[in-house]
Amino acid sequence: MATGVAGGLTRSRRRFPRGAAVTLVLLLLAVVLVPLFARLDQQLVDLHAASLPPSLTHPFGTDEVGRDVLLRAVYGLRVSVLVGLAAAVVSVTIGTLAGLAAGAAGGTLDRLIMRIVDGFNSVPHLLFGIFIVALFTPSTTAVVVSVALTHWMTAARIVRSEVLTLRARPFVDAAISGGSRRLRIVRRHFLPHLIPHIMLAAVLMIPHAIWHETALSFLGLGLPAHLASLGNMINDGARSLLAGNWWASLFPGLFIFLPTLAISALAQYWRDRSNPRWRSELQL
Amino acid sequence: MTRALGRMAAWRLAFTAPLLLVVTLGMFVLAKASPFDPVRQYLGDRALTTSPEIARQIRANWGLDRPLAEQYLTWLGNLLRGDLGESRSMHRPVAEVIGERLGWTLLAAGCAMVVMLAASLVLGSLAAWRRDSWADRLISGTAYANEAAPVFWTALIVIWIFAVRLRWLPPGGLTDAASGTVEPADVLRHMILPVAVLAFSQSSWLVLFVRESLITTLREDFVIGARARGLRERTVVVRHALRSALLPFITLLGARVPELVTGAILVETVFSWPGVASASVQAALAADFPLLAALTLLATLAVVAGNLLADTAYVIADPRVRVLGVS
Repeated sequence: MATGVAGGLTRSRRRFPRGAAVTLVLLLLAVVLVPLFARLDQQLVDLHAASLPPSLTHPFGTDEVGRDVLLRAVYGLRVSVLVGLAAAVVSVTIGTLAGLAAGAAGGTLDRLIMRIVDGFNSVPHLLFGIFIVALFTPSTTAVVVSVALTHWMTAARIVRSEVLTLRARPFVDAAISGGSRRLRIVRRHFLPHLIPHIMLAAVLMIPHAIWHETALSFLGLGLPAHLASLGNMINDGARSLLAGNWWASLFPGLFIFLPTLAISALAQYWRDRSNPRWRSELQL
Repeated sequence: MTRALGRMAAWRLAFTAPLLLVVTLGMFVLAKASPFDPVRQYLGDRALTTSPEIARQIRANWGLDRPLAEQYLTWLGNLLRGDLGESRSMHRPVAEVIGERLGWTLLAAGCAMVVMLAASLVLGSLAAWRRDSWADRLISGTAYANEAAPVFWTALIVIWIFAVRLRWLPPGGLTDAASGTVEPADVLRHMILPVAVLAFSQSSWLVLFVRESLITTLREDFVIGARARGLRERTVVVRHALRSALLPFITLLGARVPELVTGAILVETVFSWPGVASASVQAALAADFPLLAALTLLATLAVVAGNLLADTAYVIADPRVRVLGVS
């Protein structure tokens, strides 16, 4: 999967990954600007131009029904990023609430929540995700729910362990001696300290969420087939692969591969700079 | 040692039973929240022509008109007695479907694990030993890229290169479509690509892990000592450094079962391999709850077994854990 293997390219670690940043910015610009300014219809079917290999007019070629793969891949990335973003936000929110409750309450509630986390972790993510989407009609909501329910545990673990270290800090003691209630400590003292960790967890969750969405869509269980998501495109492309049309599935895949690689390079850089201890904790 | 092991295994098992219970309950609740009507699903096109009387009869036969708690207990009771129910999409008992397919998954996944272990150990050690050389760059660079590439995408590229362009190997299936029997040689030929892709997709973390771990170990005093005593470089790296570098890897391996399941689901589907993992996708596409639930439970069991195996291996491998107990 994507980010967070301990170690790696030791030497390049300290340098800022410029290539990764440029790739990410270019892709984001394309995702935001192309739908705004381009007067092109990504759903335009042109059967005369079906299954054309990459050329100057169609840099990524065309698919089975003559739609431009580059244009559709940009729209697909847009859909995947939006779904990934939504799923990351939902899952990190659930994780934060669970982690906060476990860390701040302690005792039985803590143990109960952590056992639930263990329970969720012992069902393989994709299979659990498949289980969830299978039982509901294919929709964006089903995919977001599926990703969120299978990915909240990491955030919960991180938030809980941070809260446990915060609990021992003097300013928390001071707040308690000053008469603060538990809820106030959580709101005023824990949350502000947790925000950077939560943000990083959310950013790192995005490639995972995109991967998950793409895998579900690829299996035919994700977003509705008419939506140009990257997974749907690879799935469509796979059908004409045996006829030699490699471009219809290769290029959409590149649009998952490159941003994931870029985000993981940036995250690695950020993590090493800010807190080396995180490398082992965030084995996403 | 046996006592420590026994205690740990017992502790794990004690945790497993409630865990599985929670998983079954969760699945059941989700299935009940589903908007799909299993009877309609089962009837398919016939739903339009079947009289409501018969539909009600099926409903009663399946116990769908009973209260929810009773339905769950019946289902759970049947599970415990080994009756996994009837697959609604394949119209056969679930146990039969799993029995037929499990072997193929174990065969492919097992071979992939062996290939992955052997290749990762060799490549990871090579990268660590010749650190910052072009070989290291190539190996760790590929491992990094592999981490970011979705396995189904890698699988499609591999199919395109080896099956479509080069025509060396078949693009999928268990045997040739024309052959009616299952010949070992034929299966072997069909197995190469899926096993290679599964092994490759699972290998990147292990390559990076072996590399990092060995690099750290190679700096340690006992390795310097071994070198100073004039031992051969190969002996130093393989016998001294690698051995102690691999200790944590045993636990990590067992903890990787969920990723293996995920990989197997995608690879089996791309290559139309008739295993249990691809069956879960087929079951999901048909909203076949009995089959899907049984497969999810099976995967959960595999994960728990993997964890237990990892802990057991660790106790056996590390004398400190053996003597002082699991901390």
